[in-house]
Amino acid sequence: MTKADTQPQDPTGAEIVIRALKDQGVKHIFGYPGGAVLPIYDALFQDEGIEHILVRHEQGATHAAEGYARSTGKPGVVLVTSGPGATNAVTGLTDALMDSIPLVCITGQVPTHLIGMDAFQEADTVGITRACTKHNWLVKDVRELPRIMHEAFYIATTGRPGPVVIDIPKDVQFKRGPYVGPSNIKHKTYRPRVKGDLKKIEQAVEMIAAAKRPVFYTGGGIINAGPLATQFLREFVRMTGYPITSTLMGLGAYPASDKQWLGMLGMHGTYEANLAMHGCDLMIALGSRFDDRVTGRLDQFSPNSKKIHVDIDASSINKTVRVDVGIVGDAAFVLEDMIRLWKSKQLRPDRAAISAWTMQIDGWRARNCLAYKQTKDVIKPQYAIERLYELTKGRNTYISTEVGQHQMWAAQFYRFEEPKRWMTSGGLGTMGYGLPAAVGIQVAHRDALVIDIAGEASVQMTMQEISTAVQFELPIKIFILNNRYMGMVRQWQQLLHGGRYSHSYSEALPDFVKLAEAYGAVGIRATKPDELDAKIKEMIDVKRPVLFDCVVDQNENCFPMIPSGAAHNEMILGDAVDAPMVTEAGKVMV
Amino acid sequence: MSKQPGSAYFLVDNKAATIRTTLAVLVDNEAGVLARVIGLFAGRGYNIESLTVAEVDHLDHTSRITIVTSGTPEVLEQIRHQLERLIPVHKVVDLTAERPGIEREMALVKVAGAGEKRVEALRLSEAFRARVIDTTHASFVFEVTGNQQKIDAFVDLMKPLGLVEVSRTGVVAISRGAEAM
Repeated sequence: MTKADTQPQDPTGAEIVIRALKDQGVKHIFGYPGGAVLPIYDALFQDEGIEHILVRHEQGATHAAEGYARSTGKPGVVLVTSGPGATNAVTGLTDALMDSIPLVCITGQVPTHLIGMDAFQEADTVGITRACTKHNWLVKDVRELPRIMHEAFYIATTGRPGPVVIDIPKDVQFKRGPYVGPSNIKHKTYRPRVKGDLKKIEQAVEMIAAAKRPVFYTGGGIINAGPLATQFLREFVRMTGYPITSTLMGLGAYPASDKQWLGMLGMHGTYEANLAMHGCDLMIALGSRFDDRVTGRLDQFSPNSKKIHVDIDASSINKTVRVDVGIVGDAAFVLEDMIRLWKSKQLRPDRAAISAWTMQIDGWRARNCLAYKQTKDVIKPQYAIERLYELTKGRNTYISTEVGQHQMWAAQFYRFEEPKRWMTSGGLGTMGYGLPAAVGIQVAHRDALVIDIAGEASVQMTMQEISTAVQFELPIKIFILNNRYMGMVRQWQQLLHGGRYSHSYSEALPDFVKLAEAYGAVGIRATKPDELDAKIKEMIDVKRPVLFDCVVDQNENCFPMIPSGAAHNEMILGDAVDAPMVTEAGKVMV
Repeated sequence: MSKQPGSAYFLVDNKAATIRTTLAVLVDNEAGVLARVIGLFAGRGYNIESLTVAEVDHLDHTSRITIVTSGTPEVLEQIRHQLERLIPVHKVVDLTAERPGIEREMALVKVAGAGEKRVEALRLSEAFRARVIDTTHASFVFEVTGNQQKIDAFVDLMKPLGLVEVSRTGVVAISRGAEAM
């Protein structure tokens, strides 16, 4: 763009921001005002067409925007002030970076002439957020602002999606400059690659056809690649008849009710999924990144398999696990090519081998690794999630979670049939993610049933956002599995630290029912298994935000579990609670 | 594997063989680009043995960063892909494995002394084709160019002869032959 002279009729920087947001199709933004963004809030006030959701803490704004983005496939937009506004957003930005969620975060900054002077509410926002964004900008000239705004959306949403920050000093928000629309933007260096290398894809499909014990291992990349990727994945998996497992991030891309589905893999994955990964002769990794929670002990990870890895990010390939065929590309494009080549080459799976492999997997499945014993008196957390699933499954339901045992039980027991229905903090593991994420999801889907499956410890990290839900009449349901412990911490202390429960007990808990009422929401408590169904139905029927205090067994552990430092075939199952198998080597892995 | 004192945890020492590699990175010369590159190395625990940067095309606003790093082949592959992920990076070329290149470094070396030592310093500087770019009755500043080993050798030789101070540019490198990077 040429730097034209400023005209008196030109918009201000603040007006440029709003205009660019509207040209980018933004309908909702999540934010919190403050001194250094007042001009933008002023422009927002004088404009129609963008709904602003006022959060109670900037971290809440970022998670709400993440929930919005994950459940819609559109970028989430955040608007916060300088200094503490920006630093409070850092957790959510990092979360979005780890889970590849497109966010555009606009931060106010002190006026240009005060930068570096330790001014009031000054922070080096681009410095602080450099490591937790895909890219960021400090806008020093209003004439650069339109280009940067549009570039920001382009970078956040294409390639491997991620968060971006645009830091705008207050004087730049006041200055006038020409506006340029989104169509005129071309980037000099950033050109994400979507089509995979055809030769490698050809090699891959031939390996897929020749496999005797194959497994699909898919991740969040399928969901990020959009509805076509999901469609092609289902088509290809059914064409081959091969078993499929997925990471925490990838749940919903393949329907959990399907017979080829093995359940989630990894540290708390199913027995059948992990043993299939361990024993396969061909692993087809699609949009997954061999995270340490998935692989367990690397030197014993799937020792006898060839590996195909499709990822949009070249740096994901060969990062932790060496693969035989690495294909850089968008999962939808690569899967489309795979299906086309599979058909044109008239490839067929080895029926006899696959049927033997399926039988072996069915044997593992028969172990019923998620089994638990529900008693008459105390609600087991697994039972609570099973009942929640049964009573909500026919509805238009979205699930978010906090982080910990409840999150893993939700992943194990809530069954997802469609993508973008499951929002959880996978990479960063951010306690406090789920409640604000539910706010964002409900903003995008007003009539849906949005449930945050929570723990009583996590939920207190961002509890204040229930006030946002009340203000904007967002009837989110916060379903707290209350075991009065930081359950996952307690479980690790039990298995790894000799039962020394150092600071993992939830002392001085609030009365969640009264707390809900204090916020103007609805509080419901269930303590007995036989009252659970009726209370859950009551929660669903209330058209207001609900805090559901589901009091569960204090000492239940989450199994199966691959202790860190162990291989996939060294899982602990539920009935082996008293025989911890964590090796010294495993203790170092968090 | 070493046990940390007073802890059940232990650390795994990675003793895999490392390779020294020179990377040429062409970047957009925008604010903060060097911080992005350095931050990447610091944040992901990669080594920087030497780093030089300067604008190479004023009209195009491009700068060239030459980084000497070391790591296992797997780490070096990661470094390259991670650099390519940075938005303002145009291109990354490995001038050790992929496109063999020539490396040069320049140093300014200040030596003070009198008598025999001063004569010996001057004599040695001629052997190294160093130039005297500043002199007083009691001192020289030499400008010396060459690969890292040559400069190391020159600096070592000056130590007993009154070495006062050294300023080095770090390595710059370019590929051999007619092709651009």
